[in-house]
Amino acid sequence: MRFYDEMTPAEGGVRPHYAQYAQWLAQQPPDTIRAKREEAEVIFRRVGITFAVYGDEAGTERLIPFDLIPRIIPAAEWKQLEAGLKQRVTALNRFIHDVYHDQDILKAGIVPTEQVFGNAQFRPEMMGIDLPHHVYAQIAGIDIVRAENAQGEGEYFVLEDNLRVPSGVSYMLENRRMMMRLFPELFARHSIAPVAHYPDLLLEKLRAVAPSSASEPTVVVLTPGMYNSAYFEHAFLAQQMGVELVEGQDLFVKDDFVYMRTTQGPQRVDVIYRRIDDDFLDPKVFRADSAIGCAGLMRAYRAGNVNLANAIGTGVADDKSIYPYVPDMIAFYLGEKALLNNVPTRMCREPDSLAYVLEHLPELVVKEVHGAGGYGMLIGPAATRAEIAAFAEKIKAHPHHYIAQPTLALSTCPTYVESGIAPRHLDLRPFVLSGKTVSIVPGGLTRVALAEGSLVVNSSQGGGTKDTWVLEK
Amino acid sequence: MLSRTADHLFWMARYTERAENTARMLDVHVQSALLPQGAEAMQLGWRGLLGISELTAAYTERFGAIDADKVLDFMVCDTGNPSSIQSCLRAARENARAVRGAITTEVWETVNQTWLESQRLLSKGLCGRDPAQFFEWVKYRSHLSRGVTSGTMLQDEAYHFLRIGTFLERADNTARLLDVKFHALQSDFHGSAGSNGRLQEHDFYHWSGVLRSVSGFEVYRKVYRDVITPERVAGLLILRPDMPRSLTACMMAVNHHLQAVANPQSRETLRRAGMLNAQLQFGRLDDIMATGLHAYLTQFLERISDLGLGISQDFLAA
Repeated sequence: MRFYDEMTPAEGGVRPHYAQYAQWLAQQPPDTIRAKREEAEVIFRRVGITFAVYGDEAGTERLIPFDLIPRIIPAAEWKQLEAGLKQRVTALNRFIHDVYHDQDILKAGIVPTEQVFGNAQFRPEMMGIDLPHHVYAQIAGIDIVRAENAQGEGEYFVLEDNLRVPSGVSYMLENRRMMMRLFPELFARHSIAPVAHYPDLLLEKLRAVAPSSASEPTVVVLTPGMYNSAYFEHAFLAQQMGVELVEGQDLFVKDDFVYMRTTQGPQRVDVIYRRIDDDFLDPKVFRADSAIGCAGLMRAYRAGNVNLANAIGTGVADDKSIYPYVPDMIAFYLGEKALLNNVPTRMCREPDSLAYVLEHLPELVVKEVHGAGGYGMLIGPAATRAEIAAFAEKIKAHPHHYIAQPTLALSTCPTYVESGIAPRHLDLRPFVLSGKTVSIVPGGLTRVALAEGSLVVNSSQGGGTKDTWVLEK
Repeated sequence: MLSRTADHLFWMARYTERAENTARMLDVHVQSALLPQGAEAMQLGWRGLLGISELTAAYTERFGAIDADKVLDFMVCDTGNPSSIQSCLRAARENARAVRGAITTEVWETVNQTWLESQRLLSKGLCGRDPAQFFEWVKYRSHLSRGVTSGTMLQDEAYHFLRIGTFLERADNTARLLDVKFHALQSDFHGSAGSNGRLQEHDFYHWSGVLRSVSGFEVYRKVYRDVITPERVAGLLILRPDMPRSLTACMMAVNHHLQAVANPQSRETLRRAGMLNAQLQFGRLDDIMATGLHAYLTQFLERISDLGLGISQDFLAA
């Protein structure tokens, strides 16, 4: 299989947007780079950019491996990506609003009704609630991959939409800080679009979606607590925005308003950027055993006295079974053609597709509709015959639980590994912010699969990260 | 500010201060162990040290007889001892981590770095090899932490709760130190200035050690320009408002920062803090000595423990 490399074309040489960097890299003595790598690790530990590992002894925190070679995106490519991302997220927000209101798209027969109502992420509690600016996913993480198309060009595809509680933006910001600290000279040579204003933009969007009754809205970040694996990010964002980082126990609801317990008595809360799944938000409505939520929150939300980011029930739109319909949504709501392509996807619930999938399993990637984090999937080319046979049985038993896609030749980028510099596969997660308007900071989080040949970039499965540079010219 | 945040800040500062004071006490003990003294006196010294932190029972239960190395290990690296330096640094860091958003990046990095570095130093055996250097380092990190706090933080509620934690803990530690040190010498306290030269010499090292452990030796010389007497040591550490580790100085600070965060339900706690403060500011050493130092300090410790409880109820549990 041929892979598109971000830096090096198949015919040799270096792509133009990497030329200056490659020249610089060639001049760096290996010792310098090794020293910089060690320096980066020490700094990450001191700053505490770690993630807790479940099951390990309390206090064990790991670093997500950080690679020093940036992923560089030329200005023109980013412009297209940006337009495509804005378009996609706008349509997704329209879709969620529609699902919880008039359901025009279902009536028009564009998205099958059972795909919505049969989805566990569909929340009937949300029916008829009007949200400020009709925005449901204030923060969206859209996973983008790149693969070589028929013309031998690198083409971007959307792999997945994350509309619930997408994470990773703190790594995007810290990776940039680290690169600027380690290699200031590179930033002097290149014209790299800055990303550090993300928290500012986020705060602007969160304030923009406050209930209209709040003139000076109080925004908080709701975390499950310091032992959550993404705690660093929650604390980081709260601090960068200058808002309180609260836990469920800090909040209470009285007369359908949400308050936090402060040293000066109760204080009203208007917008909650929650980093907790729907199921745990309100023990009175969802899981009764949740100790990290706030009882009565849903009532306050329904009454329009508090807003949540993201809204409850956004999962209805980022499910893998809804994903194939996103281009149709864009056409339906915006009357436009999708600027970003989906990966061609077969839904096993359709008999024709099922037959095709079962016949071609060794070439395909099969995913569970509700799976996340790279779990519960089959990568055909990397699987043994026995694994394929076992997976085929699972698909036959529950066809509607699975979708299948061709195995994408994910693009690679040179990366530091044990033996030196070698190509490794990567993806990109830009963060799209919606409030009164839609904004994106240039780039996003680049994740890289550090094991040779691996296509799984998730940090829970040994993935690392890189700084992402969008060139301004 | 969130009540929970205030609680974490309060304890973060307390644990940092406790680690420093434990290092100070241990440092003086290790140094005075270098002086010629009988095995019995040595035992008594270490026992007294455990007594200050109310850890005698916990120690004896696990290790039995007093042994200098074991006590040192118990007080420095033992993670099973919640008051060991290592446990305090860890607790300070965990509290800081819980409220990263409420402290500046500089404060967080200082506290986190202290914890990471202490693990490294201890795993390399610094404490066994060169305890004095390790204690120096703990003190230095504590100074740094306070300096970074006052140098970078907005003087808002977060700052006040940190300060309250620092000074309440310090008042507690100084009072305990004094109590135990006077207790150890109670039998020969009044005869110490007498003709027995050996005893007098012993007293000098005893009291200069106490002073050194609170950075008070040079201060004492400056203030009194005279030989060291136990009464003056007590006077310095209880009543001098300008001695940074004295009970009066600590209570003035607690009082000041408490007033800055006052809320509708904290009136009684503020009244008690104010009264304690006034009694210290207008107190006389003669009266204290007449009551008996031990009785006085015991009562003081009860009152600040009570104050800690009040703060907790009024602000931290809201």
